[in-house]
Amino acid sequence: MRVALFVACVDDAMFPGTGRAVTSLLERLGHEVVFPAGQTCCGQLHWTTGYRREAAGLARRFTGVFAGAGTVVTPSASCAAAVRSSYRSMARAARDPELERDAAGLEVYELTEFLVDVLGVTDVGAAFPHRVAYQPTCHASRALGVGDRPTRLLRAVKGLELVELPAAGECCGFGGAFAVKNADVSVAMVADKVRHVRDTGADVLCALDNACLAHIGGALSRLRAGVRVAHLAEILASTGEDA
Amino acid sequence: MSLREGEGEAEAPDHPAPPERGSDVSGGFGLGTLLRLVGGQQGSTARRRGQDGKPVLPRFAEAAREALADAGARHDLAESVGTARDRLAAATGEPSDWEELRTAGAAIRDRALLDLGTHLEAFERAVTDAGGTVHWARNASAARRIVASLAEDGGGEVAVADGPVLREVRLAGALAERGITVRDAAGPEGRDRVRAARVAVTGADFLVADSGTVVLLEADGAARACLTLPETLVCVAGMDRAVPSWADMEVLLQLLPRTAGGDRLSPQVSAWTGVVPGDGPSEVHVVLVDNGRTRILGDEVGREALRCIGCGACSAVCPVYERVGDRPYDPGGTGPSGPIGAVWTPLARGVDRARTASLPFASTLCGACAEVCPVKIDIPGLLVHLRGEVVDARRNRSVPTPELAVMRGLAWTMADARRFEAAVGRGSRWARLVARGGRIRRLPGLLGRWTEARDLAAPPAESFRSWWRRHEAARRRKG
Amino acid sequence: MTARDEAPRRAAGPDEEPARRTARDGVLRRVRGALGAPRRTPVPVPRGYLTRLTGPEAATRADVVALFTERVAALGVAVRHVGADELATAVAAVLWGWEARRIVVPSDLPFGWLAELDGVRALADSPVLDVPALAGVDGVVTGCAVAVAQTGTVVLDGGRAQGRRALTLVPDRHLCVVHADQVVGAVPEAVRRLDPALPQTWISGPPSASSPGGPPHGPPHGPRTLGMLVVDD
Repeated sequence: MRVALFVACVDDAMFPGTGRAVTSLLERLGHEVVFPAGQTCCGQLHWTTGYRREAAGLARRFTGVFAGAGTVVTPSASCAAAVRSSYRSMARAARDPELERDAAGLEVYELTEFLVDVLGVTDVGAAFPHRVAYQPTCHASRALGVGDRPTRLLRAVKGLELVELPAAGECCGFGGAFAVKNADVSVAMVADKVRHVRDTGADVLCALDNACLAHIGGALSRLRAGVRVAHLAEILASTGEDA
Repeated sequence: MSLREGEGEAEAPDHPAPPERGSDVSGGFGLGTLLRLVGGQQGSTARRRGQDGKPVLPRFAEAAREALADAGARHDLAESVGTARDRLAAATGEPSDWEELRTAGAAIRDRALLDLGTHLEAFERAVTDAGGTVHWARNASAARRIVASLAEDGGGEVAVADGPVLREVRLAGALAERGITVRDAAGPEGRDRVRAARVAVTGADFLVADSGTVVLLEADGAARACLTLPETLVCVAGMDRAVPSWADMEVLLQLLPRTAGGDRLSPQVSAWTGVVPGDGPSEVHVVLVDNGRTRILGDEVGREALRCIGCGACSAVCPVYERVGDRPYDPGGTGPSGPIGAVWTPLARGVDRARTASLPFASTLCGACAEVCPVKIDIPGLLVHLRGEVVDARRNRSVPTPELAVMRGLAWTMADARRFEAAVGRGSRWARLVARGGRIRRLPGLLGRWTEARDLAAPPAESFRSWWRRHEAARRRKG
Repeated sequence: MTARDEAPRRAAGPDEEPARRTARDGVLRRVRGALGAPRRTPVPVPRGYLTRLTGPEAATRADVVALFTERVAALGVAVRHVGADELATAVAAVLWGWEARRIVVPSDLPFGWLAELDGVRALADSPVLDVPALAGVDGVVTGCAVAVAQTGTVVLDGGRAQGRRALTLVPDRHLCVVHADQVVGAVPEAVRRLDPALPQTWISGPPSASSPGGPPHGPPHGPRTLGMLVVDD
């Protein structure tokens, strides 16, 4: 099938490997990927930081770019949650029923939802011979409710050893602007997260949100913990040849 | 403690850092501009003083820093939060109809709140018919005045079973200042003092409108003693705690005990209606406290916060609260604290002061609170709503805050894909200059708060969209 | 509730009433102002929750009563099942175990419950006993209005054999007699049986310190020792 790829702005600029991975994974599974070139940002950062007016503008833009695009897939769980649930609040705050209607007309899936629910696959033919821990980020698990889809996909990856992350459900402390506005608390939170990650003995920590991974990975890197972070899409795209 | 209006809280007016001269937000916008802009905004952790020389209440982040530095307190806090969390999980995981109870609880509270005037009038009528008196307190000082006057009538000594509303209106201190002897019913000599007192004061959890019944849940029985033994009972209640009918208690008597103490039912629950001849106080007063509640009710989005039944489960599961405790949310000790406090206080007091304006940002929006709330308050949604109120209040300033300039600039950049791509190119070239070994270890300005403890991966040489163009061209050639 | 008519009515004093009225009208005006136009229909309440205990725990009456016993015991209450004809002996045995010499009872406690007392003086709360007198006894014996199996709770509402609230608050030990037909499965069943006009005390185990780790607490209010006898009818 034909899939419109929405690469979050942060991923586009900072983590292009994730978008490449989604592309190669979906093409490997025999689907056609298109990238609507007008896309930029879904407005989530503005919305959650209180810049409603700017957020609504970006949301209108987003719905315009993806109107009629059919199935939209994004590797960012938090952006998927923003479009699927926050757009309604944004439209109401902006008293913009048209935005609410347009947003309701979009069909946006987070990658693992698309793979498991729409394509009905859990074994995507990936190979990744590493010890991997999965961090269920707050937006993935609470806002979207992806549940066990990510771990089902990971368990089917050849050579991958999935290790359980203690206190996995606890927030890593990123929280967008929180990471700088309340840096001390944010760091205290990531310190505990990093301790749990190290306790697992994993080589790789994966998740569905690169921003959270940048936060945890930044702390792991500062501590030279020897654990690297990767978006789950990059693991699913891997066939073991480059790992 | 003072009886005057204004709650004795000196708070600093919020002085934004002046914007950098010549910061160009409408033109080319890149990471450099962003750093220059936010660089000026870093707050000082020194204790500020207000214009009257009184120390001002710290903003959340500063108070949180102090709380984090107290290792002993952090350890104790983590331990008690951990215990509370385990009890909460066990108690809420037990009933098979827990979700249905939450749904009903939310609707019951909405039903009461969206017709609050009618329900409060019905409550007053029922209490009066049962021989009690209902008083109405516009704010904390009115509540204190009413209680003090009843206490003076009763001989100048009162037994008090402490509770959140009593702390909110700073009752004990105010009574003491009026020369009234205040006996803590839960204190070491509480039992004898309550037995000797002629007047007692308690809080209340629910006010049942159709029957005029006050319902109070507790662990230690201090309130039960206060509402049973003295001649005069004064019950101080938040007027938001109305419940339409007695039948609704079948839901709330399941939700509150399980979320508040992790109990199937609280050890002691008292429910009484006015004066009961031959049993308990011969004089019963209920003081309904507004104190900001009608202000919250007037906010069409924010009024959802008034559903709160005061269980504290949101604090128990909050990863921020777990590390900083009550003080940063509530330095005055008048509550509420934790995630609901971060919503309630700015809604009730407004967001024009630096401290109240900082509260909605004291959350990662992780959503753990909304998941446990027994009356399904969308706390993250309300925090976002209040962030919007804070930002909007600052939009009208003659000089924009640096953050506003940055966020406007970002939105402007994102409004056009080519502008976005150009900014990404400039930003990543700049960032790669400061990176060492693929990592950025130190950033200037506010973003330096990031690199104090976290590296930042250097941005890649090629963005996704420029890779995509190559990819598509290759595909076309093949195809 | 004809007794209510004789209740002393101290509304706000004559000087206070106008001020009370003004404050009341002001608050109600602000409430209505905040809400805007009144709602035509009240918010509907979806009541999809269980209104009675279901499942294997509630398969038979005996299961419900057994659950009550189990939950009460888990709360630190000494509980025993007795046949109706054994009740008086069982009451006497509990009081003997407490080494009670003087107890207080509601004036309408069935006489038969105390028929086997030996060496224990039972004071009826009639005429009404004052607090020092209540504090001086070794315990109190009452019945209850309803009991909740799921939560291990007894509810007293001042009805038959229960007395006024002070009676079960001041003495340090409370023996509560629960008839099996008074035991309901879940909280909604109890709420539906109770009249909110009557003063209710729901007791789920002995009182506990309100905040562990908090400031030092005095002795808790309410009996620290609870005993229960479940009478299988």
